[in-house]
Amino acid sequence: MNHTSRRTTRFERNLATREAPWVRWTLLTLSLSFFVLFLILPLVSVFFEALRKGWEVYLLSITEETALAAIKLTVLIAFISVPLNLVFGVAAAWLIAKHDFRGKQLLTTFIDLPFSVSPVIVGLMYMLVFGANGWFGAWLVEHDLKVIFAVPGIVLATIFVTFPFVARELIPLMQAQGRDEEEAAVVLGANGWQTFWYVTLPNVKWGLLYGVILSNARAMGEFGAVSVVSGKIRGQTNTMPLHVEILYNEYNFAAAFAVASLLALLALVTLVIKTWVEHRASSQFNAAHMISADINTFSPRVVP
Amino acid sequence: MAIALTPNAWFGRQRGSSYRRSYSVLPGFNLSLGYTLGYLTLIVLIPIAAVFLKTSELSFAEFWKVVTAPRVLASYKLSFGASMIAAAINSVFGLMLAWVLVRYSFPGKRIVDALVDLPFALPTAVAGIALTALYARNGWIGQYVEGVLGIKIAFAPAGVLVALVFIGLPFVVRTVQPILEDLETELEEAAASLGARRWQTFRYVLLPILLPALLTGFALAFARAVGEYGSVIFIAGNIPLVSEITPLIIITKLEQYDYVGATAVALVMLLFSFVLLLVINALQAWSSRSIGGSR
Repeated sequence: MNHTSRRTTRFERNLATREAPWVRWTLLTLSLSFFVLFLILPLVSVFFEALRKGWEVYLLSITEETALAAIKLTVLIAFISVPLNLVFGVAAAWLIAKHDFRGKQLLTTFIDLPFSVSPVIVGLMYMLVFGANGWFGAWLVEHDLKVIFAVPGIVLATIFVTFPFVARELIPLMQAQGRDEEEAAVVLGANGWQTFWYVTLPNVKWGLLYGVILSNARAMGEFGAVSVVSGKIRGQTNTMPLHVEILYNEYNFAAAFAVASLLALLALVTLVIKTWVEHRASSQFNAAHMISADINTFSPRVVP
Repeated sequence: MAIALTPNAWFGRQRGSSYRRSYSVLPGFNLSLGYTLGYLTLIVLIPIAAVFLKTSELSFAEFWKVVTAPRVLASYKLSFGASMIAAAINSVFGLMLAWVLVRYSFPGKRIVDALVDLPFALPTAVAGIALTALYARNGWIGQYVEGVLGIKIAFAPAGVLVALVFIGLPFVVRTVQPILEDLETELEEAAASLGARRWQTFRYVLLPILLPALLTGFALAFARAVGEYGSVIFIAGNIPLVSEITPLIIITKLEQYDYVGATAVALVMLLFSFVLLLVINALQAWSSRSIGGSR
């Protein structure tokens, strides 16, 4: 961050890039008030409301049976969907960054598609495919399999909403790094897996971790898509965000905010790891590729 | 909803796209192509196709009747209107926040920078109940705004706006910030030495450079807001014809087992999102070109 502060003073000391003090103070006041009003206050209020009735109620709310079941299910869902999308992201990035083929642009657009679909519509789609009246509905009933209103449906919806995260991180990063190192490894006799494992993976590990923590946060916090396919059966198909909704709608605010505070903690931890990874990623990348012209092609600031 | 902010990687540098297959010496083309296409088809393409096929069960007249029912029309008006206003508010404050983060030093700056991404990381349901608690009549903000000023925010259309502003803010900050960081001081020095006032430099030198990124941020925030569900439903009050968003219409129809109706409304939203995705791609291409030009 030394770098950033040096850049800031460069702007602040230069007469041509400096504003009058009153402009500066107005901008600072306005933007930071907006920041506090819209981001800090909601965050603080989660913890305040959670603890409003004291620690005893708080602890009871998060250790109660259905809450524990919701926590377990949420962890399970993330545990299944994140690795699946990780494998996909690596495969897609290897394909797009290390090979040339017709239709590459179309494929990258398709990979982005899930970001532009409303979560509610994601749930609806899986209802249409796997629901009782859906395409595979009759077949599923025949074989006594349950997708909708059961864990597989929640997993599928979660995979859809977190689909592009890892690929999104890896593709630009691997494109920026080029193919020279892998080609050298292959020429020296490494096979495909060795090349990937010993050459590519160490180069992209921070980008990979970044994608994983972002998709994990989204997987654990997804609400809209999951609420359509889950059926919200307490203790069975209720994830943490759905549990929050149910408690809230029952006017059990203290308990709702208690469970919500766990999710807010998860968000804070995610942001801390994310900031740390960004720092590590940029220093690793800059150190390794100072000479290559493409430093700016890799920006860890990618919007989920 | 996200588009990488590294458009060069997406729009340039793709040699030989006219080749039918890989001429790379690296292995794994068939495996990764097969896996990527298979997974993509299974998870994304088949479910999307289901929406189109299900809607085709309706004749066009029936489809039109469903998607232009008064309650549905009112929901478009709210969803698109509130998303537009929220994205505009975010563009103004997002630009300001990005400017302050890049150009000024102040205590706690790194924390502010990290917390800008909070709406990405905080589950929408949590954001929804927290905002409702704040803006309800007895909440920290609501007691002044509603109690003193008499403006109702929670359980009214204004609540929808508040939730959409919350979820959209990082999109604008994170698209504008890297462009501001990469800006060379020479341009502003030249403008200043030619006698421009600070405001003129901003208006005629900096803003045109920032505009593509700002519009991209606006479009991203807008696209995310239109489809948003979790944070809105708690604070909106969900009064039909007044504060009911389009995603909620889909949910309501599903709960009444009206799958075809729900799918028809979903199709309208889906088509709109796809158009928006194309617009965003075009904006990013423009953005990367204009940055490339200024270097």
